Amino acid sequence: MESIFNLQGKVGIVTGATRGIGWSIAQALASKGMNLILNSISNQELLNERINELKENFKIEADGFLFDVSEPNSVKECYNQIFKKYKRLDVLVNNAGIMKDALIPMISSEMIDRILDVNVKGVIYNLQYASRLMGRNKSGSIINVASIIGRVGNEGQVVYSASKSAVIGLTYSAAKELASQNIRVNAIAPGFIETDMIKDVPPDKFNKISENIKMKRLGTPDDIAKSVLYLASDLSNYVTGQVLGVDGGMLV
Amino acid sequence: MTNIEKLNAAFVEALDLDPNESIRDSYSYGDPKWDSVAHMALVVSIEAQFDIMMETDDVIDLSSFGKGKEILAKYGINF
Ligand SMILES: NC(=O)c1ccc[n+]([C@@H]2O[C@H](COP(=O)([O-])OP(=O)(O)OC[C@H]3O[C@@H](n4cnc5c(N)ncnc54)[C@H](OP(=O)(O)O)[C@@H]3O)[C@@H](O)[C@H]2O)c1
Repeated sequence: MESIFNLQGKVGIVTGATRGIGWSIAQALASKGMNLILNSISNQELLNERINELKENFKIEADGFLFDVSEPNSVKECYNQIFKKYKRLDVLVNNAGIMKDALIPMISSEMIDRILDVNVKGVIYNLQYASRLMGRNKSGSIINVASIIGRVGNEGQVVYSASKSAVIGLTYSAAKELASQNIRVNAIAPGFIETDMIKDVPPDKFNKISENIKMKRLGTPDDIAKSVLYLASDLSNYVTGQVLGVDGGMLV
Repeated sequence: MTNIEKLNAAFVEALDLDPNESIRDSYSYGDPKWDSVAHMALVVSIEAQFDIMMETDDVIDLSSFGKGKEILAKYGINF
């Protein structure tokens, strides 16, 4: 079983990889020997630190690119660099995402644009370039980080839920389109995970959501990273077009 | 292999064409075996043959064998 988990010599990219869920995913993949490209948007220093940490702790090759996933030219440049250096890509984790809440009357058009740009267009741009690199070896795994909110919705999250439902829909379509090239496309739908993203949730809402978690604890970024490891590795080599809920039983 | 042989090989491999027939410049998207699903395989195959990564606009513009030659010229590949 250990060899099935082995990602030695493979190459992966994780978007939004410096904090929260993305950083745990990066560490999990690196711990199995995968060479990694990390992306984030705002803090070059932190990105450099993360790269060095991975190289030191796991003796892998790691590179970082600071860019906005919703900028097609920056995405293209990143994949050009991956192509030049590695000539291959095995795993894409579309993790970068933003969440902003607003009740229906308060939704601005700027907010709609920004959330859809990052959470949807960013995922599609990465998927486009990644699948072309993966197609060369006729193998690859694309993992899109959606959300439980994209499955069941939530008050105040019309825009965010629309973006995450879109991620689920595009996962199904891409899985159909890319299966013949042996490229698998799956989504993970995290529940309520302890990261910076949820630190501003008001206490009453926080308590209400927490009560719905049947396993009686918040999720950790590590909980998500373990599922990504499964979908990235050959353990899941016949799994595509699935949405894996990792939510401590919020929907049961 | 010459560049034209490489381009031929990319088409033959991706679209499962007869390897003994040379492909005409007019062979186009929508003709037998070149459908939307095969298009992706064709792009991958051309990129692998010439060791390049094409712009998305060029992927969209790749509409015939002849157009393929024109596009590849942008990447320094001449016929
Ligand atoms: N936390 C949860 O409860 C939860 C639940 C369900 C789904 N999710 C999803 O899980 C993913 C990760 O969430 P998280 O909680 O780990 O978030 P987080 O702690 O806020 O971290 C977000 C990461 O994404 C990067 N990022 C944000 N916008 C970007 C952009 N436009 N381009 C490139 N990178 C960008 C950030 O970079 P900087 O460090 O440079 O800012 C950071 O590394 C998101 O897609 C989110 O929607 C989270």
